[in-house]
Amino acid sequence: MSSIARFLTRRRGGRAWHFTDVLAWVWLLTGLVLMFGPVLWLGLSSFKTRAALTEFPPTLLPYETRMVDVEGFDEPLPLYRVTTEDGQKHRMVQVRRIGAVAQMADPDAPDEIVRVPLDAREPVRDLHLATENYSEPFERLDFLRYFYNSVFVTVVATVITLIVNSMAAFALAKYEFKGRTAVLGIILVTLMVPLSVIIIPLFSVINGLNLFNSLWGVILPTVATPTGVFLLRQYMLTIPDELLEAARMDHASEWRIYWRIVLPLAMPALAVLAIFSVMWRWNDFLWPLIVLSDRELYTIQVGLNSFQGQLNVQWHYVLAMTVVSLLPVVAIFAFLQRFITSGIASTGIK
Amino acid sequence: MTAKPKRKVGVRARLAGLLIAPARRAMDLIDIPMHALQRRLGTGGVAAAMLAPNMLVFGVFVLFPMFLNVLYSFTGGGALFLNERVFVGTLQYETLLDCGSYADPATCREDRFWRAAGNTAFFVVIQVVALVIVSLMTALVLNREMRARGFWRAVFFFPVLLSPVVVALIWKWILQRNGVLNAMLVPLGIEPVLWLVERQWAMFWAIFVAIWAHLGFYTLILLAGLQAIPRDLYEAAEMDGTSRWRALTRITLPLLWPSLVVVILLALIRAVQVFDEVFVLTGGGPGTATLFLVQYIYETGLAQQVRNLGLASAASILMALVLIVLTLLQLLAAARRERRENR
Repeated sequence: MSSIARFLTRRRGGRAWHFTDVLAWVWLLTGLVLMFGPVLWLGLSSFKTRAALTEFPPTLLPYETRMVDVEGFDEPLPLYRVTTEDGQKHRMVQVRRIGAVAQMADPDAPDEIVRVPLDAREPVRDLHLATENYSEPFERLDFLRYFYNSVFVTVVATVITLIVNSMAAFALAKYEFKGRTAVLGIILVTLMVPLSVIIIPLFSVINGLNLFNSLWGVILPTVATPTGVFLLRQYMLTIPDELLEAARMDHASEWRIYWRIVLPLAMPALAVLAIFSVMWRWNDFLWPLIVLSDRELYTIQVGLNSFQGQLNVQWHYVLAMTVVSLLPVVAIFAFLQRFITSGIASTGIK
Repeated sequence: MTAKPKRKVGVRARLAGLLIAPARRAMDLIDIPMHALQRRLGTGGVAAAMLAPNMLVFGVFVLFPMFLNVLYSFTGGGALFLNERVFVGTLQYETLLDCGSYADPATCREDRFWRAAGNTAFFVVIQVVALVIVSLMTALVLNREMRARGFWRAVFFFPVLLSPVVVALIWKWILQRNGVLNAMLVPLGIEPVLWLVERQWAMFWAIFVAIWAHLGFYTLILLAGLQAIPRDLYEAAEMDGTSRWRALTRITLPLLWPSLVVVILLALIRAVQVFDEVFVLTGGGPGTATLFLVQYIYETGLAQQVRNLGLASAASILMALVLIVLTLLQLLAAARRERRENR
């Protein structure tokens, strides 16, 4: 036994266990449960039927009571395992339920109806993925619309953000002109004015420009991100001026220098900004909530919120659609995690 | 054997070409007016032209509203546009600050504002302290030598990418009466609790969920700070027989301090603006138990039947003052940290 224990606790480098090692592992494992558990639970729950979701205590996996077609009944009936008074077990379908007693019948002889107390029976259940939770919101509710709106806002805002910010960053990184410090100062000031502070006047500006209740009203205020300008400028400063000079010698215009030389060289920084922009716009909530009032224009986040705000929350749809709204972000994370983490670590932006 | 990878590259290049070709043509088209501009105004003109779109958006959607906000806070009435509004002087500020006793929001004329301010202050203090401690612990643990470090980092980091709505929905689902948390407590003999209906619990979960969602972001910044500490310092300490605790308090924490300051200030700035997660999770309730400033501004100015833009603007100016101070401090701290790391 002791040799097994020694084998299991053996460590690389032959160092002994220290109590901080134990603490560290406790921390990591608690973290694993607390951080992953809720999302896992969301995923599992999203495949449960509406009836299964109201159960308490909930089951871990999505089960569904087996339904049987019985002669003489239009609808399929739920199948139960019934323990009769003499201790025998039967499989019966429930015909009707009255208070604490159910009227049940043998599926092969549905005419004989037996009265069974509720606690003497147990549903026969199969593992079943309620994929209709995923398909129905797209068919019946406006979810496809919301999804489309979110994709539109995210893609358009990101493209404009990249173009507008990289142009500004190029001008600020590679030209000496009067007022450059002033411009940098203004951009710095805007860093200090988060959206949450200016929602009231911004709302009236949007109304004045006739952008209220339009996706462009969601997109335009977000495209000039100060963090984006700083990130790109910082990167472009590292591009040697000699390259630009050489291009000028060859009579390249300034625009061509920006587009053919600086942009390709700034690709890594552009990629970071693109990833961030996609996440920002996909996850935006407060501003779309303010600007969009027609349901057809809702983005996915506003749509999800409106579903959960209803008096009778249809959790089976809400959970499934939450999972759907997660997928793009998960995909980004899976493939581009390196960019995101290095971007945050080096710039402190989010 | 060699043909396969070649073709793969070819497809990818062709795809990229398909995407880039129209962009390239568009850019070449823009080159015509830009080139003309350059001939007339010189390179400085081009720089100005390239700065213009960004400045336009900043001006219209950030600077101008900022300026408007101040003006709005001195006006009253229900009209949306400034030219139709009535100048009322400092009335809105007086309304907000009119209190019998500042310790008791019930004596204030605009008691919802004071409740929101009190809740926000409470939230900010508790959440930031807890968040910084938890992220520091996590960063210290993740900085150790271990297998699958990338995996563990991802475990703590991924909620950062989730949208606040999703975060709130995940937890709302767990915390509801028939939720999995109550189901886990029942076998322990604890009665199901209405987590989001009881005042204290609602605040607790608002703080907990905010920490859960943002912890990875701050951990990452601290981890970068930890990794910038030279290894040989620890080796030297080990040779001197320094205890781990002493190494932590005498080497790690002092050298990590610049990063910690950045983290604390960033967390403060974010906590003052808390809105999305809590709004979806509790809606500010029960009553006003989790009503925070941004929600107060949003509801007073935009979501109520009778919009009170003036009052909401005045409240947002007061909040902005706090944020501006914090942001200035944060920029200073970030610049200092950068200087130290470059040395």
